[in-house]
Amino acid sequence: MLIHPEEILETIHMIKAENFDIRTVTMGINLRDCCHSDIDVLNKNIYNKITGYAKELVRTTEEVQNLYGIPITNKRIAVTPIAIVAESCDTEDYVSIAKTLDKAAEDVGIDFIGGFSALVHKGITPGDLKLINSIPQALASTKKVCSSINVATTKAGINMDAVAMMGHIVKKTAEATKDADGIGCAKLVIFANAPEDNPFMAGAFHGIGEPDCVINVGVSGPGVVNSTVRELKDPDLGEISEAIKKTAFKITRMGEMVGREVSRRLNVDFGVLDLSLAPTPEIGDSVAAILEAMGLEACGTHGTTAALALLNDAVKKGGSMASSYVGGLSGAFIPVSEDAGMIRAVELGALSLDKLEAMTSVCSVGLDMIAIPGDTSAATISAIIADEMAIGMINKKTTAVRLIPAPGKKVGDSVEYGGLLGRAPVMKVSEFSSEKFIARGGRIPAPIQALTN
Amino acid sequence: MTSTRFIITVIGIDKIGIVASITKVMADFNVNIVDISQTIMEDLFTMIMLAGVDSENFDLAAFQKAMVGKGEELGVEVRVQHEDAFRFMHRI
Repeated sequence: MLIHPEEILETIHMIKAENFDIRTVTMGINLRDCCHSDIDVLNKNIYNKITGYAKELVRTTEEVQNLYGIPITNKRIAVTPIAIVAESCDTEDYVSIAKTLDKAAEDVGIDFIGGFSALVHKGITPGDLKLINSIPQALASTKKVCSSINVATTKAGINMDAVAMMGHIVKKTAEATKDADGIGCAKLVIFANAPEDNPFMAGAFHGIGEPDCVINVGVSGPGVVNSTVRELKDPDLGEISEAIKKTAFKITRMGEMVGREVSRRLNVDFGVLDLSLAPTPEIGDSVAAILEAMGLEACGTHGTTAALALLNDAVKKGGSMASSYVGGLSGAFIPVSEDAGMIRAVELGALSLDKLEAMTSVCSVGLDMIAIPGDTSAATISAIIADEMAIGMINKKTTAVRLIPAPGKKVGDSVEYGGLLGRAPVMKVSEFSSEKFIARGGRIPAPIQALTN
Repeated sequence: MTSTRFIITVIGIDKIGIVASITKVMADFNVNIVDISQTIMEDLFTMIMLAGVDSENFDLAAFQKAMVGKGEELGVEVRVQHEDAFRFMHRI
């Protein structure tokens, strides 16, 4: 037999016991050819384009899942930022477009659709502004639509007017979905250096340099890496890094194989493989658990940033060898609500917002799925966003913020979303004001790192 | 797809007739056994088969359903996975 029985059983064990899955197959669809001044025509064009390309997406993905026996957890669609698609449209708000996206997503049977987005890192056009103002209502009146706003890049600096605006939008989105603990905010990401080919939600959109249709794949597998590290006998950190690299290679190969087969069957370009470690609320399928396996008593204690840097780098080194085209976010995710280990660390008092911020400087992506008190001011939310954007801008990396000011909740409470979104303990924010700083507005200029030409 | 070979794994508590029952389903679907290995690991019966399929009209979904169904009858877990799933992970 070409393949050793032990190798076969190793693969089966990863799937069966360690929650290994292909997290998402995401189809990117260009909507630029849908533009029309009449909103009804625009909506019709959008619906037809999406359902035309994606009608076989779910069925094909399931066939590939069954062929290889590897679970593919989510099927998703990313579209051209709607602010671009709708800009020439004669309308004041874009909520009906969000509803169209939702309906198209529902009808083709996918889990999420991303791209209710705008890129405003240097300035805001009238279309961008309409989109941003539509976000709270759009997210409150749809189930599957995800929204993202890029407010900073290394090349352009930080648009602090947009940052200030997004503090209010996050609050309004929480308010508009207060009956469901502000779940709208779980579908809203604020980015620095947003990648154009990211298959993960809530931040996926189909960038303007992309083809008409493309398949991007996101792998996962914190559970597998966690087991690998725990099985080592008294390793030094170099040995841990080596073991993670090998595991990341294996995980990524499966994503590459699945992505290529899905795109071949659909006759659509294969874009990139995103080799991220995306945790789930399942016990053990946790990035925090990996850090603790390296010898930390609880995630968030001193040493956590160093351990995470090692993990993130080893994942990239192993994964990049396994795929011809790596892209998207590609790094370890540290969402709090989606990771049982992170939740535990917060509840123990080991993990704070400040430590999470430090951690985001060495991994992808940012302050993710963090509940904060419902009465947090818009200025404070904007200031948290600004800090995170600064980390992304200076370090030439993607950073993001997905905060939930949970309506009516205080530190010590928690919000329960269920499924992959999990449960978020409400975390403490600084009680000191950032109001004046945020009110200044303007742009933080592009840093010296931008001058590379 | 670069080959039409499948890896079939059967894992569970050992009992009389597992091999006979499973291979009967395979024969019904014209699935040929290319290689077979069987062992008892930690009291668990573990059988791994490399199986080849010739027919153009082979219905994978129906075969998988029949195999998993037979496995449930026998109290063992049966998986039918395309060979590439393992080749991609373990071979460069």
